Amino acid sequence: MNWPRALLTDSGGFQMVSLLHLADITEKGVTFQSPVDGKPMLLTPEESIQIQNKIGADIIMALDDVVKTTITGPRIEEAMHRTLRWIDRCIAAHKRPHDQNLFGIVQGGLDPVLRDICVRGLVDRNLPGYAIGGLAGGEDKDSFWRVVAQCTATLPEDKPRYVMGVGYPLDIVVCSALGADMYDCVYPTRTARFGTAIVPEGVLKLKHKAMAEDTRPIDPTCACMVCKNYTRAYIHSLVTKDAMGSQLLSFHNLYYMMQLSRNLHSSIVQGKFPKFVCNFLQKMFPKGDIPEWVCNAMEVAEIDISSCCAPFRYIQATKVQSNLNEDEIQAV
Amino acid sequence: MKFAVKAWSNGRARAGILHLGTSTIDTPSLLLSTRKGLPHFISPDLLSCLPSPESRLLHVSPLHFLEGLSMKTISKIGGLHQLLGLHDHCFVSVPRDSIQCLPEANSTNKIGASFETPCGRLLIKPVEYMEMISSTRPELWATLADEVPAWVSDKRNKTSVDRTIKWLDECISLSPASGAVFGAIVGGSSLEERRRCAQEVATRNVSGYWVGGLGLGESMDERPALLNAVIEALPEEKPRLICGLGLPEEILQGIAAGVDLFESTYIYHLTLGGFALTFPLDRTQINALNLAPSDVGSDPRKINLRATVFRKDTMPIVEGCTCYTCRNHTRAYINHLLNVHEMLAQILLEIHNTHHFLGFFRLIREAINAGRFEEFRKEFVQRWR
Repeated sequence: MNWPRALLTDSGGFQMVSLLHLADITEKGVTFQSPVDGKPMLLTPEESIQIQNKIGADIIMALDDVVKTTITGPRIEEAMHRTLRWIDRCIAAHKRPHDQNLFGIVQGGLDPVLRDICVRGLVDRNLPGYAIGGLAGGEDKDSFWRVVAQCTATLPEDKPRYVMGVGYPLDIVVCSALGADMYDCVYPTRTARFGTAIVPEGVLKLKHKAMAEDTRPIDPTCACMVCKNYTRAYIHSLVTKDAMGSQLLSFHNLYYMMQLSRNLHSSIVQGKFPKFVCNFLQKMFPKGDIPEWVCNAMEVAEIDISSCCAPFRYIQATKVQSNLNEDEIQAV
Repeated sequence: MKFAVKAWSNGRARAGILHLGTSTIDTPSLLLSTRKGLPHFISPDLLSCLPSPESRLLHVSPLHFLEGLSMKTISKIGGLHQLLGLHDHCFVSVPRDSIQCLPEANSTNKIGASFETPCGRLLIKPVEYMEMISSTRPELWATLADEVPAWVSDKRNKTSVDRTIKWLDECISLSPASGAVFGAIVGGSSLEERRRCAQEVATRNVSGYWVGGLGLGESMDERPALLNAVIEALPEEKPRLICGLGLPEEILQGIAAGVDLFESTYIYHLTLGGFALTFPLDRTQINALNLAPSDVGSDPRKINLRATVFRKDTMPIVEGCTCYTCRNHTRAYINHLLNVHEMLAQILLEIHNTHHFLGFFRLIREAINAGRFEEFRKEFVQRWR
């Protein structure tokens, strides 16, 4: 690749389970159908680590038994315990512990008890870093943030916490407030290929007819090459039709995410993090209609966002149910 | 626009200097093909890694913009330079792009020229075409032509010449203050009609000539005579641009006839097919070339990086090539990218192929300046027969 900067490889487990049919997980490893010739193949923890040792990334991930958070029942507990057994096999198989950092992955679904057992088990192994896995799979946001909060509260302070598969800018801001450090997501580039740009207000759908006449840049506050040189109208003419459209939008979206990370970092270092969060939320929710899960998460993270929540939010909701007139509501 | 011939070699081949916009370009030169003004794959930030100023001539078909961008909006933005964020490049507008906007001679009529495009069949009237030119403001543009393939009837062919001349006059009368105009010359595969058209256009007040209607069915053997019939009638001091000649041998044919500028889709087709040009550009490479048949196939001028033989090949595409691709990546990596359908493969290939093909033009100019173009041409054609 001729890539002089940091690299991280995943174990291959998630891709197999999510992208292939007939994946079967046993104690040995993950059996799946080879996408090349349809023959059955087995990926064991040992094999995954061996491959990652050859690729040589700076951070490598343990092979875990990952289940969708939308599943309930004993499968989740089985997967959590197996993940702990597999981490030992990964550690044993890891031939390059001095060049490559093996991260363990916390599983346990949405069950706090299982998550706790998993965190303790991984922390006992004294790994260089820890990932919070099994999320970003369609679970409701309220459950999602609570799992992240629990893990960040109990994982060691002095090691990186990596929330896998996250995500949307809002999710990253919330998880960062809760104490997470690293993220990965296909969102910026995938959404670019569908013609959607990430902007401070949320998203901008360049495919929309209204964009054909819009001579503004995608985001006037963005300093990327695309926003400095191209109009929404031109990008509109390219998206979903020409490869260049995907390229330019991907460029902007990735730049946006990197700028977001940079801003999160510097605002924390400068002691202005709550202010940054408020600005971020205000731009995204100008009417103050911040989702409840965000408010709850920020409360636990001890970040005061009351200045960007609409003051009469709850009162608006109750007005419908009561017969109070305007003056009476104002007085409440 | 200013153009001057600087050197001749064996007959009609000539080297010149073209001043266009802010660029000074040595000719013969290549126009890079674009889609809506930008390269197909090379992102704008990587354009600067191509050799300069040779890579600054871009062919733009205004018809591309009909698929989603109004001329009014382009005008409001300020024309092509503003639209594309490319301020150092020069734009040459010719309606036909030999990839996706092909002349549809059966549907062309006295009202306008018909093209088969991704947004269907379009009939372009001269006044509409000139609106596109006024809005996009290219440095150089060709007048609207009625291009016909080689197999049409004499009557149809004659009509195409009459029409093309009529539209030329119409375009010139509507032409904006800036931008150099090249008069279009057609005539199919009739020597008489080619001559007639060229003679007529030569009397018009244009800055140069665009030879159209080629690469539409005539054979390579027919072409030299047709080209000569056209060029003989044109003044020597004005530049000539041609579209539809793609392969290296066809380029050499055009140069031998006295053409200065070429718009070619060769790079695009190579790139899409996973091919990379490898024929040697260095004299020492040529001498040292081992002409024993390789086991990769019968064409040593290019390699197909999809071939499994490249899976573990850690050489660059061409050793010693200074393009971004060869400086940074291996054949094995590009082979992998092609296998997993990553767009980076096309980006890297387009960079290398453009770089290499521009190198070919540089060799041609050197040969012309040294007075040995015919020798160079014979040698090239012989070697790769």
